Amino acid sequence: MKTSISTFNSILLVLISVCVFTTANAQSDSTYSQAILTDTTTQKLNMDAVYNRPFLTSGKLPVAIGGYLEANSRYASTDGVSDGLSFQMRRMTLFFSSTIAQKIKFFSEIEFEDGTKHINIETALIDIELHSLLNLRGGILMNPIGAFNQNHDGPRWDFIDRPISATTIIPATLSNVGVGLHGKYFVNRWTLGYELYLTNGFDDAIITNTDNRTSLAAGKSNEDKFEFSNSGLPMVTGKFAVRNRTFGEVGISYMSGVYNKYRHDGIVIDDKRTASVIAVDFTTSALDTRLTITGEVAKVYVDVPNSYSQLFASEQVGGYIDLVGTIFNGDVLDWQNSKCNLALRLEYADYNQGNFNETGGNISDHIWAVVPGIAFRPTGSLVMRANYRYEQQTDFLGNPPAKTGVIQFGISSYF
Amino acid sequence: MSIKFKSFAQLIMMFTITLLVGCENILPSSPADHELLDGPVDGLTYDQSAQFIRGDIGFNDDIFTASTGLGPVFVATSCGGCHAGDGKGHPFTTLTRFGQIDSTGNQFLDQFGPQLQHRALPGYTPEQIPPGATFSKFTPPSNTGLGFLEIVSDADLLTMADPDDSNNDGISGVPNWISIPTYITPRSNSISQNGKFICRFGKKSAAYNLLHQTVNAYNQDMGITSVYSPFDVYSGLETDPEVSTQKLNDVVFYLKTLKAPIPRNQDDPEIITGKQVFINVGCESCHKQTLTTGFSPIESLSNKIIHPYTDLLLHDMGSELDDRYTEGSARTYEWRTPPLWGLGLSPNSQGGSYFLMHDGRATSIESAISMHGGEAKASNTNYQNLSQKDKDALIKFLKSL
Repeated sequence: MKTSISTFNSILLVLISVCVFTTANAQSDSTYSQAILTDTTTQKLNMDAVYNRPFLTSGKLPVAIGGYLEANSRYASTDGVSDGLSFQMRRMTLFFSSTIAQKIKFFSEIEFEDGTKHINIETALIDIELHSLLNLRGGILMNPIGAFNQNHDGPRWDFIDRPISATTIIPATLSNVGVGLHGKYFVNRWTLGYELYLTNGFDDAIITNTDNRTSLAAGKSNEDKFEFSNSGLPMVTGKFAVRNRTFGEVGISYMSGVYNKYRHDGIVIDDKRTASVIAVDFTTSALDTRLTITGEVAKVYVDVPNSYSQLFASEQVGGYIDLVGTIFNGDVLDWQNSKCNLALRLEYADYNQGNFNETGGNISDHIWAVVPGIAFRPTGSLVMRANYRYEQQTDFLGNPPAKTGVIQFGISSYF
Repeated sequence: MSIKFKSFAQLIMMFTITLLVGCENILPSSPADHELLDGPVDGLTYDQSAQFIRGDIGFNDDIFTASTGLGPVFVATSCGGCHAGDGKGHPFTTLTRFGQIDSTGNQFLDQFGPQLQHRALPGYTPEQIPPGATFSKFTPPSNTGLGFLEIVSDADLLTMADPDDSNNDGISGVPNWISIPTYITPRSNSISQNGKFICRFGKKSAAYNLLHQTVNAYNQDMGITSVYSPFDVYSGLETDPEVSTQKLNDVVFYLKTLKAPIPRNQDDPEIITGKQVFINVGCESCHKQTLTTGFSPIESLSNKIIHPYTDLLLHDMGSELDDRYTEGSARTYEWRTPPLWGLGLSPNSQGGSYFLMHDGRATSIESAISMHGGEAKASNTNYQNLSQKDKDALIKFLKSL
């Protein structure tokens, strides 16, 4: 808690300083501030998402700032029982970037989730460019596992909720402190990219948590993770992606590390237990780019003690596929080149791929959902969305599923 | 293409109206009350409803972890983990007790008896059944209607008991007389014998009331200590309470006020026939259709006529069901008559299958009937001699409960 408060105070100081400075400039000359807007509907490699964002620069200020917000309404009903309508301020995120020196860049992302319930430094890194194929990166960085984790900004997506597999199988957003290399290689219409990092990893909460299931998301919540590695051993995350301007992008990524505190004060108290994730992601388009198809599949392997409860799985799998088709592209009111998209997401997560020791039967604990939606983009950096979500969640034993329907309206925009 | 304000407004209006009109139709509807085991009894006051909800959260949502006191050896991580939807449990949630073969008590209390905690937190070793100890496996029962069963008077139970089979019907139900823990205040109409009281919950009828049952479950199933049961199952040492007394009381209140299962399709002619067959073959000798509750400060439970299909007594069930393990004054071959209400909804909490009898060994109602021996042997034989039509009617009746 102390960490959160001191972090919050630091953030406030930085914010106030930047705001005062930029406001002063803006008052003297209203054209002085200049937005660098990136067309966020067009993506480079997913791993480039960290810099592929709109930033605002102000005169000779060496720092560019940006950010986005996401808010929505939500009316949900599970098996006919509803707690009514809620409005949700999902998150507000602030970006700061600067060029420290030639070929040395700084970037950070600070996120306020659910109002000020969670305040996190998601990214705070320094990039040192040695060669397009070899760059050093250090600090708090997004582990390059799957595509969504690095490319998660709300305004990029035509759905209000993040994919369940990308938040519960891969626990987006997942960032850790560490160091590593990244680079890209360009040839004709192809782009090849890689990232390889050593970071702190998860903790024992992966299998001792109130979710009552194996949960990498629970294992990332350790407040000390930016200070200590729970296991004392680094977690390795690597990704290789290839993109063709015609066919799209495919990425394969892997993350693995010891998650448990197996020694304390030099005394070994448990076996080393590993958590690993392998993920495949892809993005492509069809119908003259009017239809975009994005997807990701991830499989988790966790070393769980045999004597522990089967509630906690050794293997999990999940994925999603998004189909987004543009049905209108033109001028609406004073917005030029607006877009209206129809969207459909199919998603699934199986939190326990094991079988019961007692009966040999399959352990259930899975969820699937269908999410149709419509999204209106007056500009590339803002999206207004309406989603209907229908999901069925089956418990561990495989009893009749809980059926949930959710109606959501939301807005998300870079600023 | 260009859209002006009027067209844009019309589009937005059409979209909103469509959603609002369709809203009711696209959200999942609630299952009928009689399809669910959970839910409160009718007529709770506001404060009772609030306590029911607190208890519901404590029972179903509170998951224990190492940091909140789980184990370190345990059977389950939460109450609801063993009683999904407040129904019967699954072989995964079945627990094992060992070490007692007669009324002289458990001989293995110093070797982690009476219950096996067969799961353990990482770094700990789960318990093993000690050499020489006999054991029995218990599949969790459903929770519904327990508050009604708790206040059926001891006098009524003794009226149904017939230890010497004085009416020569082959049925001789007996109560389980047990010394109860000091934290339990006996009901004012309780009947005692040499300082022992009639217990009524559990496979061997070894728990006096829902507080007794719940305190034991927290301690033995999850390794959670309370003011009533402060000794850790692993270390044997007294610890600070790991569940608050308020939480415990809320959970007990929740269990008391869960509604009784609602039978379905009782006007169906085949079910009516099945009910008559049930009586004719002798099932009702132990699975008593109707009982009456006594007084309760919770008005919704007080002085009600209920149909649980049990006499809450112990019966000799034959050598095939004798696991050579017992509790209290029960003999190893004696088992308490389980209530049959809610039987038809069991697959909804058992993963789509039936796991019946005390340890879930029967995977169908027919199989469960066939396993009845001892005092129930005659009824079993009567069932086996029925026509297929009558058997089908009987099974349909049981599934309607």
